[in-house]
Amino acid sequence: MATITVEGKEIEVDEEGYLVDLSAWFPAVASEMAKIDEVEMGDDHWDIINFLREYYEEYQIAPAVRVLTKAVAKKLGKEKGNSKYLYELFPYGPGKQACKFAGLPKPTGCV
Amino acid sequence: MSEAIKKFMFVNTKAPYGTVYALESLEVVLITAAFDQDVSLVFCDDGVFQISNNQNTEASGMKNFSNAYKALGDYDINKLYVEKESLEERGLTLDNIMDLTYEDDDWAEKPSIKLVTRAELADLMDDQDLVISS
Repeated sequence: MATITVEGKEIEVDEEGYLVDLSAWFPAVASEMAKIDEVEMGDDHWDIINFLREYYEEYQIAPAVRVLTKAVAKKLGKEKGNSKYLYELFPYGPGKQACKFAGLPKPTGCV
Repeated sequence: MSEAIKKFMFVNTKAPYGTVYALESLEVVLITAAFDQDVSLVFCDDGVFQISNNQNTEASGMKNFSNAYKALGDYDINKLYVEKESLEERGLTLDNIMDLTYEDDDWAEKPSIKLVTRAELADLMDDQDLVISS
């Protein structure tokens, strides 16, 4: 099993880099995953990651991109709830990559 | 892709816990919806318990995934048919069923749950391209 090291702790990830144990997440895990993917994290990234974690907490599923886009538009406004903006933040896909950073499983409906 | 839209109906007949059928079916439903298909769900027999109120899985040790049904509206799945006879046979009414909703184009909240009789369900099934039951 692959691991990443965050603040001296070994954290297990699967072959695609998603957390094996969702409860092992803490904010520095997201930062470390971003560093590996060469994404520079800013407040805008954290807004989406926090949003995803809240969504998962409430619904127990990681939303597909289309659903994420719509839900972000509703919560954070149309200028953030569009796929161009989200893809700029997470170039490997706002569903897959942001969910990974947020410590969520791969979104249902992403192939 | 618009020319390839098919009508999928997922028929849920089993209790939510004890087997993986309900959870697996929900996963397939969400995947199907992500491909922009016309998706509807049926809850009949013990399947009506999948969307019953106040589920508590503590004693079973299984994850309570009932809140995931509340996300169906986000996936534009807003045709959830509950069979009237199945509710009656189990001493249930619509009051025992989760208040599942979706938002229309103007973000107005609308109910997704539709109570249908066994006979009406047969007609609805006739109208589908695919009927998948679990």
